[in-house]
Amino acid sequence: MTETTTNEVIISCKGVHKWFGDFHALRGIDMDVHKGEVIVIFGPSGSGKSTFIRTLNRLEEHQEGDIIVDGIELSHDVRNIEKIRTETGMVFQQFNLFPHLSVLKNITLAPIWVRKWPKDKAEKVAMELLERVGIPEQAQKFPGNLSGGQQQRVAIARALAMQPQIMLFDEPTSALDPEMIKEVLDVMVELAQSGMTMLVVTHEMGFARAVADRMYFFDEGLIVESGTPHDIFHNPQEDRTKLFLSQILQH
Amino acid sequence: MTTNQSSIQHKSDIPFYRDERVLQIIAQVVSAVLIIGAVIWAIMNFLKAAEARGMTLTLGFLKEAAGFPISNPPIDYDPSMSFGRAFLVGLVNTLRVSVFGVIGATILGTLLALARLSTNWLLSRIALAYIEFHRNIPLLVLLFIWYFTVFAKLPKVQESIAWPGPVYVNLRGFYITWPRLTETSQPFVISIGIGILLAIIVYVILRRRREIAGKETHYSRISLGIVMIFPLIGWFLCTGSPLWLDVPILEGFNFRGGLRFTPEFAALFVGLTMYTAAFIAEVVRAGIQAVDRGQVEAARAVGLSTGQVLSLVVMPQALRVIIPPMISQYLNLTKNSSLALAVGFQEVFSVGKITINQAGRAVPVFALVMVTYLTMSLLTSFVLNLYNRRIQFVMR
Repeated sequence: MTETTTNEVIISCKGVHKWFGDFHALRGIDMDVHKGEVIVIFGPSGSGKSTFIRTLNRLEEHQEGDIIVDGIELSHDVRNIEKIRTETGMVFQQFNLFPHLSVLKNITLAPIWVRKWPKDKAEKVAMELLERVGIPEQAQKFPGNLSGGQQQRVAIARALAMQPQIMLFDEPTSALDPEMIKEVLDVMVELAQSGMTMLVVTHEMGFARAVADRMYFFDEGLIVESGTPHDIFHNPQEDRTKLFLSQILQH
Repeated sequence: MTTNQSSIQHKSDIPFYRDERVLQIIAQVVSAVLIIGAVIWAIMNFLKAAEARGMTLTLGFLKEAAGFPISNPPIDYDPSMSFGRAFLVGLVNTLRVSVFGVIGATILGTLLALARLSTNWLLSRIALAYIEFHRNIPLLVLLFIWYFTVFAKLPKVQESIAWPGPVYVNLRGFYITWPRLTETSQPFVISIGIGILLAIIVYVILRRRREIAGKETHYSRISLGIVMIFPLIGWFLCTGSPLWLDVPILEGFNFRGGLRFTPEFAALFVGLTMYTAAFIAEVVRAGIQAVDRGQVEAARAVGLSTGQVLSLVVMPQALRVIIPPMISQYLNLTKNSSLALAVGFQEVFSVGKITINQAGRAVPVFALVMVTYLTMSLLTSFVLNLYNRRIQFVMR
């Protein structure tokens, strides 16, 4: 558990609904996230957990309910959407690095074009971030030449380069070979301890136990149960939570 | 052990007629001998037959007077000039319609592709209908439609459509008022050249400064200003106006002066451009769709605007897929311009066809026409392949 949690609410969701055609993907999500908190979201596939964190930076549009991120209401206002996107960094399951740009340029692209930083400042920050995720020697390589774990660490550096208030992780270790999961989780643990507000969709229960302040169990577009890692692991209230945990913790 | 070893065949034991390396070489040699033999036989046979019929295969006739007119030649020409000159007129016409066609089709095709991919239902459906219409009707039919139902149905000279300003459209063509240079225009022309050059240099330097120093340098506005101010300075340096307006005037039964496009050129240009644009639209659409959706999401997630997502992330990756089939489309357009024969626009092939009738030298003329198209095609693909290799290299 991190010691950096504050009382300031940075993300506030009320009654968030989302439909894909006829499919009701999110069926009324309420969640308040405090600044500095680390939230782990887990649940079976199709439970809406990825969809939910993707609505927070408008990669998916919610049709009902209110989402307020860092005091900015997520509406159809294009300026609000762009502002929220510069305040939130996102890390994807498939890394999604830009294959036509070097590692360094992947990281400096948004600071230069969106934040309008000078190139040398952007590069200096990028090198510091590569240092932080442990791969400064890869700066001039192209994403195609890196291992999955290295690519995901570059993706984290790319998201951090915009100096976001909030980091969203959408199953960041699901596409990785087992021996590379740890190097990515180590970076995420360090980030959590530095006081970053993080929402992480993951089934890495070791990570949750180590750094999560609260855990949310999603099923069928609803929050079934939430609580501290201790409550969730040792004293789950709902049958569905117990069943799911027993399935993923069996081995 | 010893018994086993004796049953293993050693490399050196393979007889040559079962050695795949030897067999491959033999296959190469045999096929090469057969093909070269066939080609030599065909050429010998052809030369013998040509000699028996008294055909000459030289290009000497190109110096003889052509004797046939070409309407609205882009370079100086009259029937007393040589066949070679007539051929050159045809070549310039081919290049003219191909260059304008390639530019027009690329712009129209890209816009159609973006419309096709648009979330605007109406726009996307209109683009789809356009593309399907043009892809499923033969080009020759389209050219006939444009020529015989539109451009050949324009009013007679006396009843010309006069658009606002002295622009006239009639059966003989489009007559457009056009500024032309006077004899004292030199300072003006030079200042335009300097202005453009300077604007490019300033644009590159300031854009780099913007990237490196991060300060807004207004590079687009400043270079645009330079492009506009320099010609103005040049204008005032001239004695008298550097330009005069060439206004088309009705004289007797025809217009004189102005910039003129014939209905034949218009029909070919419009038909070729619109037809090829449909194919280019599909090429561009395929290229854009080949870029992974995650790329767009990642670009949007770091805060890039819609335009930046397209220009910084999607297009650089799409080009790698777009360029090779795009080269084919450019070559197709150039080669398809030979259908000009059907609407009476005199480019390389139709001039060649008349030359065959007039000079009776079918073989050399066909050879010349083929070599001309081949040269244009090879040059085009050479240049574009260089560009293609450059962007492919950036990917790795």
